[in-house]
Amino acid sequence: MSVVLAVCEQRNDTLRKTSHEVVTGARRLADALGGPVEAVICGAGAVQGSDQLARFGADKIVTLTSAGFAKYAPEGYARAIADRARAGGYGAVVFAASATGKDLAPRVAAKLGVPLAADVTDVTVEGGAIVATRPAYAGKALLKVRIAAKPAIVSLRPNVFTPVERPKAGTVETAVTAVTAGRVVVREIKAAEAGALDVAEAQIVISGGRGLKEPANFKVIEELARAFGGRAAVGASRAVVDAGWRAHADQVGQTGKTVSPTLYIAVGISGAIQHLAGMRTSKVIVAINKDKDAPIFKVADYGIVGDLFEIVPRLTVEITKLHG
Amino acid sequence: MKIAVCIKRVPDSETRVKIAPDGKSLDEAGVKFVLNPYDEFAVEEALQRKEKAGAGEAAVFCLGPAAAQETIRTALAMGADRGVLLQTDRIPADGIETAKALAAELQGGGWDLILFGKMAIDDYNHQVGPMVAELLDLPCVTAVAHLDLEPGKGVAEREIEGGIEVVEFPLPAVLTTDKGLNEPRYPALKGIMAAKKKPLEVKLVKPGQGAIEILAMTPPPERKEGKIVGEGPDAVPELVRLLQVEAKVL
Amino acid sequence: MAPKFQGVDFYDINGLLNEEERAVRDTVRQWVDDKILPVIGEHYIEGKFPKHLVPEMAELGLFGANLPEEYGCAGLNNVAYGLIMQELERGDSGVRSFASVQGALVMYPIYAFGSEEQKKKWLPEMASGKVIGCFGLTEPDYGSNPAGMITIAKETKDGWVLNGAKMWITNGSTAHAAIVWAKTGGVDAVESIRGFIVPTDTKGFSAKDQKGKLSLRASDTSELVLQDVHVPKDALLPKSGGLKSPLSCLTAARYGIAWGAVGAAMACYDEAVSYAKNRVMFGKPIGGFQLQQARLAEMLTEITKAQLLCLQLGRLKDQGKVTPQQVSLAKRNNVNMATDIAREARRLLGANGILAEYQAMRHLANLESVYTYEGTHDIHTLILGQEITSLSAFN
Repeated sequence: MSVVLAVCEQRNDTLRKTSHEVVTGARRLADALGGPVEAVICGAGAVQGSDQLARFGADKIVTLTSAGFAKYAPEGYARAIADRARAGGYGAVVFAASATGKDLAPRVAAKLGVPLAADVTDVTVEGGAIVATRPAYAGKALLKVRIAAKPAIVSLRPNVFTPVERPKAGTVETAVTAVTAGRVVVREIKAAEAGALDVAEAQIVISGGRGLKEPANFKVIEELARAFGGRAAVGASRAVVDAGWRAHADQVGQTGKTVSPTLYIAVGISGAIQHLAGMRTSKVIVAINKDKDAPIFKVADYGIVGDLFEIVPRLTVEITKLHG
Repeated sequence: MKIAVCIKRVPDSETRVKIAPDGKSLDEAGVKFVLNPYDEFAVEEALQRKEKAGAGEAAVFCLGPAAAQETIRTALAMGADRGVLLQTDRIPADGIETAKALAAELQGGGWDLILFGKMAIDDYNHQVGPMVAELLDLPCVTAVAHLDLEPGKGVAEREIEGGIEVVEFPLPAVLTTDKGLNEPRYPALKGIMAAKKKPLEVKLVKPGQGAIEILAMTPPPERKEGKIVGEGPDAVPELVRLLQVEAKVL
Repeated sequence: MAPKFQGVDFYDINGLLNEEERAVRDTVRQWVDDKILPVIGEHYIEGKFPKHLVPEMAELGLFGANLPEEYGCAGLNNVAYGLIMQELERGDSGVRSFASVQGALVMYPIYAFGSEEQKKKWLPEMASGKVIGCFGLTEPDYGSNPAGMITIAKETKDGWVLNGAKMWITNGSTAHAAIVWAKTGGVDAVESIRGFIVPTDTKGFSAKDQKGKLSLRASDTSELVLQDVHVPKDALLPKSGGLKSPLSCLTAARYGIAWGAVGAAMACYDEAVSYAKNRVMFGKPIGGFQLQQARLAEMLTEITKAQLLCLQLGRLKDQGKVTPQQVSLAKRNNVNMATDIAREARRLLGANGILAEYQAMRHLANLESVYTYEGTHDIHTLILGQEITSLSAFN
């Protein structure tokens, strides 16, 4: 029997939602392997919401606590998780390919001397071996890889493993660890603008491109995002990021972020291959562009041709009505 | 400042991906290879830090085929002092094997900083930098978008979901660089000429193939043909209806 | 970041370039993508040269790039130099013209005809873009026939006094120094033509921009007036003498133009292909219609021929074997084909083709100047005619 370790995340002692996805992915893998899921969270003390993980299929929820674990402690977390993984005879260790997961998973893999399949969009078991699918070349190709190691370490691309409720017992325990934070210390987290969602994690992403003509015009996009009541993030094409209109954090594309939201709205973006690579795995794509021949319409599920400065405010009104 | 920069030769971001007959790899015919864009930030940072210190070395290391000499020379043309190619025809799919090869080369080099791009735009692994740090037991910060260095320590900022993490670390350290850290310079023409005369050492290596095996490489699923809902703002109500009723995303 | 433009290379001409030539091309290609293309349409409409880019061009080493390193230049071979011109003109003929003038018409004559002191004084300053130069040969009444020039330099006991006027002078109003060609004997003494380095702040020197241009709008073109302009003895380029001196500068510049035209043609072709694949009419991309395919096939054929022509011309130049007539053939052919391609591309783009948002019309308008300057198409025809028959048809 193989236990699957689901490495969950907290911020400010509160479970991060991406952890639901991690447990969902871990559950899928555990079912295929015929074993239980153990969710593990590093923190300074109790983590709010960790008990919810049972709903998504965690058989056991363990909080590894240390005084130095309040904020993300790269070296301490890596040691604690690696120690746990080494001790428990796990078949797989599952991370989120979040900012933290991307930092933490390779460290744990290196400590254990096993490979990491990063940013996977699917994971299955074939002939007893764990097989993961992961995008390469910015999603222009998919790689199917077999991981011949125990544990197999994978990190899951955010927003792909839609949380599925699979209630389990979810016994909750706390284990105090003697591991300290380590040499690399997170001094503070500067919060982004209140309520601003990250494009990589948002359910809805509305991106703007050169068609907006000037940076100030992004307000039409921001207003639309607000109409979705805090569920939407504002993204940008490489062209406008390079021009300094928007922060790099907002860039969607091969040299920016790869996003997979439920709804992606591309406004005034022609759809360069670079950009398409970053958003083509979105569930539903809407394009608004004045040029009906723009390549973006080739990947869009729905398109409106015309002046974005007329269309987007109208859409904002309609969405507000819906939520109002 | 003695700085090592680890770089990779990757297909240009505009490459149209064609899958090779083996069904597992990229068909490289006609593909243009470039210095991985994220590594440009690492090279630039090394050059700026060295220039600021007024002394030291910026050396580049690359695991790759013989053709990666050209990639190394791009970094030399930007201003790096010397290059080392760990030459192999097969870059392992398993990042830990690449990390082992690089760590073995970097071990004992007396580096103040070892820099990587935060990820390669071909395999999207974003793992070799922190793995090298683990293997060398060095502190590491990944995806650095802002950096302040003082003697013996540094403060880096890295972007996380909804915020910026401010991270303190002692030197020497391994850092991986993100866009926003700096503005990489163009290799100037004089630099291109000078690069020919800079030392470039080639060492044949045989990295292990690791425990990840590529079974198949496939094109992403085609998105089914979409529809133009209409023209102008009058099409908006219909779009909203479709998003609710047909796509069920609202 | 790698350049967005992927080049036009049907015959793997890339494979005929060495690594350093490719690296030079890619650097300039990238820079043009990043810095020229985003701003050129606006500058063109406003009739302004993007002067803010001069320091960056200097930093990259674009000025006099084929001159030796000891004078602050990049010391590239002539193929690499040609590739620079190709990529700059892919951006805009006006930007390429700026670099051509600075390098081939100002730095080159100082290098070829100047004293060691002059070279040491001027070339590093010009390579670094701190001193911008212009080239004064053409006069209002003497364009294709420079031998007839009436600008005169009279020797005085401590120097020279220049009188005359020059026309169609690229960079004239922005230049810090002008290379002025003048007769030091009588107006009939063609063999007395010599070159002078004239600082533009010298008393009696004035430059006025020519207004109302419908071509090369992102480039300054001026008229120079020299009225009793006194310069010291060391303003004279000592090794210059006769019409062959300025003509050798023109050969150097024409060489770059032959390459530049290929760049403009590549830009138009690239845009036309992408437009033809995406623009849908009668239910399919217009690239699927025979008429457009014929246009594109013709463009690709002509570009490929011109590329090979340039490359061999460059190799000959690097071997010291090139003749001015070979350069004439390349300038004549390539600019003509580029103009044709720009026009066909403009037509393929339909109504969109007249917008500054697209490149074709701007290149087309520019190329009409390039067709005319540095030896008109017709003059090059006569140069070749004379080469073939040994009979002059000039007069």
